[in-house]
Amino acid sequence: MDLIEMFDVWKTYPNGTNALKGVNIRIEKGEFVYVVGPSGAGKSTFIKLMYREEKPTKGQIFLGGFNVSRIKERQIPLVRRSIGVVFQDFKLLPTLTVFENVAFAMEVIEANPKQIKPRVMDVLGLVKLKHKAKMLPSELSGGEQQRVALARALVNSPGIIIADEPTGNLDPDTSWEIMKLFDEINQRGTTVVMATHNREIVNTMRKRVVAIEAGTIARDEQRGEYGYED
Amino acid sequence: MKIRTLGRHVREGVKNLGRNGWMSFASISAVAITLLILGVFLILAMNVNYFAQSVEKQVEIRVFMDVLATEANVQQVEENIKAIPKVSTVQFIPKDEGLKQFKESLGDKAYLFEGLEKDNPLPDAFVVKTAQPQDTAAVAAQIKKLEYVKNLTYGEGTVEKLFAVTGAVRNVGIAFIIGLGFTAMFLIANTIKLTIVARRREIEIMKLVGATNWFIRWPFFVEGLLMGIAGALIPTIMLSVGYYYLLDAIHSSFEASQLFKLLPLFPLVNQVALALVAIGAFIGIWGSLVSVRRFLRV
Repeated sequence: MDLIEMFDVWKTYPNGTNALKGVNIRIEKGEFVYVVGPSGAGKSTFIKLMYREEKPTKGQIFLGGFNVSRIKERQIPLVRRSIGVVFQDFKLLPTLTVFENVAFAMEVIEANPKQIKPRVMDVLGLVKLKHKAKMLPSELSGGEQQRVALARALVNSPGIIIADEPTGNLDPDTSWEIMKLFDEINQRGTTVVMATHNREIVNTMRKRVVAIEAGTIARDEQRGEYGYED
Repeated sequence: MKIRTLGRHVREGVKNLGRNGWMSFASISAVAITLLILGVFLILAMNVNYFAQSVEKQVEIRVFMDVLATEANVQQVEENIKAIPKVSTVQFIPKDEGLKQFKESLGDKAYLFEGLEKDNPLPDAFVVKTAQPQDTAAVAAQIKKLEYVKNLTYGEGTVEKLFAVTGAVRNVGIAFIIGLGFTAMFLIANTIKLTIVARRREIEIMKLVGATNWFIRWPFFVEGLLMGIAGALIPTIMLSVGYYYLLDAIHSSFEASQLFKLLPLFPLVNQVALALVAIGAFIGIWGSLVSVRRFLRV
């Protein structure tokens, strides 16, 4: 049950902004979806609704077997455990080492301590950072920090990875490294939903493109193009 | 919760103290300073209360007999005093005993009255205590009416004032301690809040990777507890050592030791230590949990 479905989802913020106006979408297990669109058009809201940082004003959202729009406060952690989230600003804990940052996500779900070390080293191997396991995030480059964040998102083997502008703070070469990792993860069967502003990436690594404009889905194409000039 | 998870929370709480070294230091200092002030007032209030109690206990009626009264007369008076309902103890002090006590109260200057035994000028006396110090005046009035009672003293006027003062001192002391207790709580909770605001990002990330609220709270709980206890131990040690030297200084001077009757070191410091550690632990935990709650709504 790793598909994502939204039925007539509306989001109105307390200040009156209509961020989403009746969004319907179905993302199948194993898909790779770019979410594009102008700034302020509702991309971020769309992403936040999926990991339940925001609650829809109206409509239903199903994700990983949960009705995310209906769950109780207490169940939010359970939803978040079934997805991995990656952000533009990495959101690593500055006082923890690379290893500890990744292990943290396993400790939080009360994983067996004996399994933590091998699993963390596995994932760090996947993002090619095994040799920097004992360093602090501040000692790493931006691309490396994002790889740590990706490792943290992956460590609990979620069926879905949600990424909000993961290459937004990175130079083009580093961005490609990160994108290759996302592609590799997707090839292994993980659903990837990625909000992005990076035209070159969208137009080169062709995937499904969902464009959100003024709170509605303006375009939804398999192997689509970025389609904006910025 | 699994036992090993509890272990993880305790380890994490201890580690966090070190990781946020300066913030922990600030919190512990705030706890220590506030509890030090609270502790000083606690010791002061307990001593004032002790002093008031001992002063109240000292209130007694000294009944002096007529020098011409015979032994039978004296016995009769004793019976009569004992018959008064509110009297608790009656102690007969024959004139020889009275002189001895007088000399003892003078300590090493007693030699000045050497030789008075032969021609003792003191009358026989009774020391009467009432069950309630507040009944002294009424009882004294009754005794005064008895035959052969020449004179009596109980500190008329002064006793009434004394009771008013001791009562007021107790109330002020209690009010002060309660007020300081609240001040300490808010000051400490505020400092802890600052340390947690600095870590809201950490809490946000914990929530994003799927930590439950209690999983997030536990290490803060442990941390708050440890900060509270550490913050309480410092003033406890300072107060114990300080009080020890204060007693030492007072006892080394005859005048001071007559003037200030202080509570002995034990069990006073144990009681103060217990109170401070309990308060410190409570506000540490409370401050942490209240502050974390604000950031759990991510």
